[in-house]
Amino acid sequence: MSSTPQFVETTGTARVKRGMAEQLKGGVIMDVVNAEQAKIAEDAGAVAVMALERVPADIRKDGGVARMSDPNMIEEIIEAVSIPVMAKSRIGHFVEAQVLQSLGVDYIDESEVLTPADEVNHSDKFAFTTPFVCGATNLGEALRRIAEGAAMIRSKGEAGTGNVVEAVRHLRQIKNEIAKLRGFDNNELYAAAKELRAPYELVKEVSELGKLPVVLFSAGGVATPADAALMRQLGAEGVFVGSGIFKSGDPAKRAAAIVKATTFYDDPKIIADASRNLGEAMVGINCDTLPETERYANRGW
Amino acid sequence: MTSPVVGVLALQGDVREHLVALATADAVARAVRRPEELAEVDGIVLPGGESTTISKLAVLFGLMEPLRARVRDGLPVYGTCAGMILLADKILDPRSGQETVGGIDMIVRRNAFGRQNESFEAAVDVRGVEGDPVEGVFIRAPWVESVGARAEVLAEYDGHIVAVRQDNALATSFHPELTGDHRMHALFVEMVRARQAAGSL
Repeated sequence: MSSTPQFVETTGTARVKRGMAEQLKGGVIMDVVNAEQAKIAEDAGAVAVMALERVPADIRKDGGVARMSDPNMIEEIIEAVSIPVMAKSRIGHFVEAQVLQSLGVDYIDESEVLTPADEVNHSDKFAFTTPFVCGATNLGEALRRIAEGAAMIRSKGEAGTGNVVEAVRHLRQIKNEIAKLRGFDNNELYAAAKELRAPYELVKEVSELGKLPVVLFSAGGVATPADAALMRQLGAEGVFVGSGIFKSGDPAKRAAAIVKATTFYDDPKIIADASRNLGEAMVGINCDTLPETERYANRGW
Repeated sequence: MTSPVVGVLALQGDVREHLVALATADAVARAVRRPEELAEVDGIVLPGGESTTISKLAVLFGLMEPLRARVRDGLPVYGTCAGMILLADKILDPRSGQETVGGIDMIVRRNAFGRQNESFEAAVDVRGVEGDPVEGVFIRAPWVESVGARAEVLAEYDGHIVAVRQDNALATSFHPELTGDHRMHALFVEMVRARQAAGSL
């Protein structure tokens, strides 16, 4: 007879939450603002959609406070597609997150693109069955989010700019800090944890694995097939594309092209073919002219 | 005996975990994204991921037909979750234009166990896997509504079919590649070896 205790069915475990993100790897997650766009994204081969009222480029343009989307709009999108649906809560706004969980979204993005609700605390993500993805600009920030229960990390980039420079900066930062940890011995890991302002156990785990213990995507500024492939070659396991698709001339075509380039990120011929005749890309903003207060990546800590 | 070469369809999904599991089960594991790479493997895994996405990319990059041909020809194949959907001869509620590789006479219901909030872990007894039950990780998982006469049911959970084998094709609703328990992969690699042995007689 087996002496192993029979384990009962359990939902919301770390394995189920992190495992969900593993299924998205190699794929593109697209921002959509209505059911019609969601279908275009699904048809183009998106692995998931992010349901939100305004894409980041419009949030920038409109100004004011950006909040969780209307539940009706989120439900319409859930109805329209069979791929997973994600939605954004404000940083620290755990009631918005509770609402999103009750709507049955598959992932909650505690996002700096919305106006933060708490300038000290992020939401306790262990309190939810629905998994969370969070943004990070460096390794310490990523590990603090994982310590709070995040099951997936995306480098922040600078959303709504169509400029990939910040996405590159943040992903390189995270990868470089991980590479540095790889060479540390046990004595050094305690000081590294202190410096990263992250739990020692997580720092040790990253040092041993040579990667984050959760899936790492890139976000914020991807606008072309080559941008997506660049993020993949730099080590992102997949990409979020926000304004880049539906703010461009031919969204269906651009969406399919970005999916292709994300799968064959190391094949310049396929990326070249995917880049042909896409029509106009979103106009884009130069990040060095953005005032500090309009830099979303500075939100969250 | 030399280790068999087992590919993992690497268009999208948890490819890395399958490569690790196959290597642990003594296979030479390789990512497959192109028809010429498919031609070189002795068996193939269709990983977990988004079945609609994988199916579209397979058609787009000319892999769907070669996959069908090789599976029809008896190439050992193992599909987990999305991979199970791809191995079904019929999907109950397909997205428009969603194609499958086929290979197992079964009807599959997508996301049958629910959305992510209903995703769960549970112990599953699998016929042909010795010892303790397999730790089943079910993520927005499908189940099998019904199987034809040639398909053998290997496991049920909560009254639903979650593991099936037909000749050289194996499919599970759950994700053994996420658990570190590689007995399902060992079972599959045995199937690959058995076919190699039969071919060399």
